[in-house]
Amino acid sequence: MRDQMNNAVKLFALGAAAVLAAVAAGRGHDELYSFHMIVFAAAAIIMFIRYLTGAAKPAVPEGEFDASLIKAGVVMTTIWGVVGFLVGVIVALQLAFPEFNPIPPWTGFGRLRPLHTSAVIFAFGGTALITTSFYVVQRTCRAALISNEAGWFVFLGYQLVILLAATGYVLGGTQGREYAEPVWYVDLWLTIVWVVYLLVFMGTIMKRKEPHIYVANWFYLAFIITIAMLHVVNNLAVPASIFSSESYSLFAGVQDALTQWWYGHNAVGFFLTAGFLGMMYYFIPKQAERPVYSYRLSIVHFWSLIFLYIWAGPHHLHYTALPDWAQTLGMVFSVMLWMPSWGGMINGLMTLSGAWDKLRTDPIIRMMVAAVAFYGMSTFEGPLMSIKAVNSLSHYTDWTIGHVHSGALGWVGMITFGAVYYLTPILWGRSRLYSLKLVNTHFWLATLGIVLYAASMWVSGIMQGLMWRETNELGFLVNSFAETVDAMHPFYIIRALGGVLYLAGGIVMAFNVFQTIRGRLREEGGSAPAPAGTVAAE
Amino acid sequence: MAEDHKIETDEISGTRTTGHEWDGIKELDTPMPRWWLTVFYACIVWAVGYCIAYPAWPLISSYTTGVLGYSSRAEVIETVAEHKAGQAQFRDRIAAASMEEIRAEQDLFEFALASGASAYAVNCSTCHGAGAAGGNGYPNLNDDAWIWGGTIDDIHYTITHGIRNDTDEARVSEMPAFGELEILDDAQIESVTQFVLSLSGSPHDATLAGDGAVLYEENCAACHGEQGEGYPELGAPNLADQIWLFGGTPEAIAAQIHKPRQGVMPAWGPKLDEATIKELAVYVHALGGGQ
Repeated sequence: MRDQMNNAVKLFALGAAAVLAAVAAGRGHDELYSFHMIVFAAAAIIMFIRYLTGAAKPAVPEGEFDASLIKAGVVMTTIWGVVGFLVGVIVALQLAFPEFNPIPPWTGFGRLRPLHTSAVIFAFGGTALITTSFYVVQRTCRAALISNEAGWFVFLGYQLVILLAATGYVLGGTQGREYAEPVWYVDLWLTIVWVVYLLVFMGTIMKRKEPHIYVANWFYLAFIITIAMLHVVNNLAVPASIFSSESYSLFAGVQDALTQWWYGHNAVGFFLTAGFLGMMYYFIPKQAERPVYSYRLSIVHFWSLIFLYIWAGPHHLHYTALPDWAQTLGMVFSVMLWMPSWGGMINGLMTLSGAWDKLRTDPIIRMMVAAVAFYGMSTFEGPLMSIKAVNSLSHYTDWTIGHVHSGALGWVGMITFGAVYYLTPILWGRSRLYSLKLVNTHFWLATLGIVLYAASMWVSGIMQGLMWRETNELGFLVNSFAETVDAMHPFYIIRALGGVLYLAGGIVMAFNVFQTIRGRLREEGGSAPAPAGTVAAE
Repeated sequence: MAEDHKIETDEISGTRTTGHEWDGIKELDTPMPRWWLTVFYACIVWAVGYCIAYPAWPLISSYTTGVLGYSSRAEVIETVAEHKAGQAQFRDRIAAASMEEIRAEQDLFEFALASGASAYAVNCSTCHGAGAAGGNGYPNLNDDAWIWGGTIDDIHYTITHGIRNDTDEARVSEMPAFGELEILDDAQIESVTQFVLSLSGSPHDATLAGDGAVLYEENCAACHGEQGEGYPELGAPNLADQIWLFGGTPEAIAAQIHKPRQGVMPAWGPKLDEATIKELAVYVHALGGGQ
């Protein structure tokens, strides 16, 4: 009876949403808005039908672990990874060869660039975080999600955000806020999804059967709460009309810039750092089968990281209209952040003490160690670049791009690959991955790709900075801007080559995951014994 | 399991665990690395010191200015003033001098060349190229073909007021769209094209060029001259020098007669100061082809 009531309420809500969205589509002032409302309506109708026919009924009863949700997450993480890397390679080629624009204007750099950043950060990284956080919280709390249905809502709702954002960029819809480009109604939808995410995650922690909350969950929780706050404040805007995709930001001038970078930097801090540290704290000890190195270090570095990171955003606005005092704070907090960031690296690397031999035999561990090493490198480089004297050379140059990618490709990418390789055989009940040799191939393709990428951007960025500031003995600038662009050309080609290698690695991973899911095992000779962590399906 | 709160000793490291366990993951009770804590504290001490020295904390209507009295705006103003002071003697003299005087005095001329090169790189190279070799639609400044005149005063005027922009003093000329306005039909345009090619001694069809000669005389010679020598006062390019702004193939020439592309150059007078414009004129004039 109660179930039927519930179902009726959901059917009514979905039906009403579909009708409202269809009406809005008809009244839309611009094509993008109407198109997006049709997408909303279609999503509501699909869910309506699934509820009506009973197809939406969860595979397992509430209160039990629903592996299908995590499986769907692992598959989408892999797919989004390949898509994001592919768009990255295209935009890298466009920078080297600006005329490379297959379908103007849809594939112009201005539209593909946010498509690339959003695809890798939010589609690939975000799906990986939601997926692993749901898995880890259930494993380490010995409790199922408080609601598998809500978990599915978060996962599917988030995929809808990705779809709306991606189609919006290609069709020319943007708020013009870096890393927060989706238009206002997509922001509202994400807010709803995110609040449910927070409730599911918190609720699951609250009904845990373990006395303590594991450190990975602290990091995941910090990530979810802070992203909610950042997302809401940064996207405060007044729509031009409720039937238009256009909106006006609540902030103007330097306040707007600071809000943007408070958001932007903490998207790095809480999405790409805290969230993925949560991932690291579960998957490294599991794969290495070693205890976490230092509990005390994890507490101190967690709280210092959380407290210090939120202040660091102004270092993106050195030598601008931002007041000096705010620049100073952005810089000193960034420098103080160095050791709290490294606390995670120490705990990650030292957890392997006693298991170093696995570096030789287990390519998944190798991938995770490389991730932590790149994490350490980019969290040293970050504070360094926040120092004003360094920043005056590095700002606006490719050095920044190289820095971001050593963190994104090295840390975020590699730790996620490690988690995907760990989860796939366990979730699908296989004795091991299809091929560990292919994991090794992926490792080398990715590592070489990062090296080419980071090295070319370091050289190009520093050269660019030096050329911009070069003056002759009479005090005149020596180079024109066009000359600096010309000088960067070879490095752009090397960078694109690095991207191709990294993309190739992603495709190798997708193939390996796909084969594992199909239940294939590749015959592989003795050199790489199956690592213990992947042997037994739990 | 975890409720037991079993503290164990890890065999490999010899360190005790905290007694917690989640999904098989235990934690060691290792103290924080000493070097890590030391560097962390050092960074905090440095941060406090930096905040005392420099502007750092917001107050209600102002902020702590720091004991060094540093301000990035003051620093910019000071740096700019220093640079200006170092160049002032030259720039003031250049602003006051005539073009001939600048070229006559060695030190002024050398300074103007250096400054002009720098201003060229920033303002002009985007269209005319870093080496001033131009490109399709953008004149080469190294050769001696000057559409609007190649004396230093002509160049100075062109830089100041630009070409076909929306300022009043801009240099303006408008070649009619002979094809689009149906002044000439396609066959006539082809004949004129062949005649134009003949003016510079380029390969051409002599028969067609013969027909084109009359048409040229009637339609083109008034501006471009009987022999295609051009007329800089009207911005009519020389057609006999084998230098082509929009391309020298028969197709490109015919297209230009049919519906001419008309280049636009901004007026730099409102954007740059007088001394800089003079320096640019000296530089461009000295590139190779100045008259």
